[in-house]
Amino acid sequence: MINEGIRATFDQELKELSDQVMAMGITVMEMIKKSMNAFNKSDEKLAQEVIKLDDRVDKYNQDIETKCVQLLATQQPMAKDLRIIASTMRIISDIERMGDYMVDVTKFARRLMGKPKLASAGDVPKMAELVEKMLQETLDAISKKDLELITKVVEDDENVDAALRNMFDTAMLEIEKRPLSAREAIYQLFMARYLERVADHITNVCERVYYMETGELKELHV
Amino acid sequence: MIIEKPKIKVENLDLYYGSFQALKKVTISIEEKKITSIIGPSGCGKSTLLRVFNRMNDLVEGIRIEGLVEIDGENIYAKDTNMVALRKKVGMVFQRPNPFPLSIYDNVIYGPRVHGERNRKKLDEIVEKSLRAVLLFDELKDKLDRSALSLSLESQQRLCISRLLAVQPDVILLDEPCSALDPMATLKIEELLQVLKNDYTILIVTHNMQQAARASDNTFYMLLGEMIEYGPTEQVFTNPKDKRTEDYITGRFG
Ligand SMILES: Nc1ncnc2c1ncn2[C@@H]1O[C@H](COP(=O)(O)OP(=O)(O)OP(=O)(O)O)[C@@H](O)[C@H]1O
Ligand SMILES: [Mg+2]
Repeated sequence: MINEGIRATFDQELKELSDQVMAMGITVMEMIKKSMNAFNKSDEKLAQEVIKLDDRVDKYNQDIETKCVQLLATQQPMAKDLRIIASTMRIISDIERMGDYMVDVTKFARRLMGKPKLASAGDVPKMAELVEKMLQETLDAISKKDLELITKVVEDDENVDAALRNMFDTAMLEIEKRPLSAREAIYQLFMARYLERVADHITNVCERVYYMETGELKELHV
Repeated sequence: MIIEKPKIKVENLDLYYGSFQALKKVTISIEEKKITSIIGPSGCGKSTLLRVFNRMNDLVEGIRIEGLVEIDGENIYAKDTNMVALRKKVGMVFQRPNPFPLSIYDNVIYGPRVHGERNRKKLDEIVEKSLRAVLLFDELKDKLDRSALSLSLESQQRLCISRLLAVQPDVILLDEPCSALDPMATLKIEELLQVLKNDYTILIVTHNMQQAARASDNTFYMLLGEMIEYGPTEQVFTNPKDKRTEDYITGRFG
């Protein structure tokens, strides 16, 4: 006989865990959005808010990790339950890193505030949009247990890598043509580089989600 | 799961208690000098299967067994099977320790004596060796004439295992051997099994998922007399292939 709800309390706790991971991911999405707004509008206040949001991400990280350890100790999870908890612990540390990188991105955005915009300034928000979409889709894939979407997100990472390469070339050209704006070009390039790192951590999360669902540890990133 | 040189091989085993079929087409190979745990809900046939291996079920009235059961390549249900030799080769430990109401010494030599050993020096050696194997010798060497019943439950269970070892079996069957023991004693018995598996093939029935996960190399999940899943323990407990195994080991069925 299937005993419906025999582990109802535990199931509820796993659900809450997953909700918290979602909230943590959404917070990073908010950081990406705000950071780009701060950059586009040279808005110092928005930049401050991004940095504040990182504290919230760190708090999620701690709370979720504590919860995971508590569930491991008290529920002795097996099979998928075990994979969910073990993966969650990895996923939150990846999301936590994303938050840190967004702080770095924002710090460079701040340094660029009040300086004349480069012709290539629009490339950064464009890249950020791509990264944000990857994160959004990863969160969707987690809640829908959608492995196809996971694979797609990982493929999108290539586009981010390609964008970074392009931006590198553009920056080089800009520096050669206008050495006086080298500083701005380099700052911008740093922003792109950190965004690219965020995308890498998103693909790590994807691999964990894949493991959670299939029990297979696989390098999805090619 | 493919096992190169199985110690025990079971093929299409059907077992009936009268008209009730307790085992259905069970096919399983047991790896030599490994610990295999058998798990599954109450009444699924774990003890029945275990008792197949030393033909303890034979005494049950109305029992009928079909299929192949081989140990070391020999059909143990063949007509000319030497039952004394089989019971010697395949020993069993039960839920509750069941030492005889005799001295510790006499418990250990009970089997060898039944098998005709009378030489005192030889028997002394057997006692020392068997008690050492279960890590009891140093503690008990000066108290061998004490009643076995005066020992703690854990030591009694160890003594029961040493009593088996005294007749030099190959296979040790344990039916929920720790269910009467406290957690510390349970862990100590599990540790003992890890040592014993260097020399013996061990099958353990347990209701304790953590025990199966901790202590066994391979895990066999049964349901209603059927084999549902059989594989390396770490795979079964991290990534079971069958939904029914998953439901059972995660506590959502049972
Ligand atoms: N001597 C017997 N005569 C008739 N039916 C029996 C006999 N022994 C066991 N059975 C039945 O066979 C089935 C399997 O019993 P078995 O004792 O092997 O289960 P088990 O998995 O060991 O259960 P548990 O976890 O409760 O020890 C049960 O339905 C049981 O009622
Ligand atoms: Mg039983």
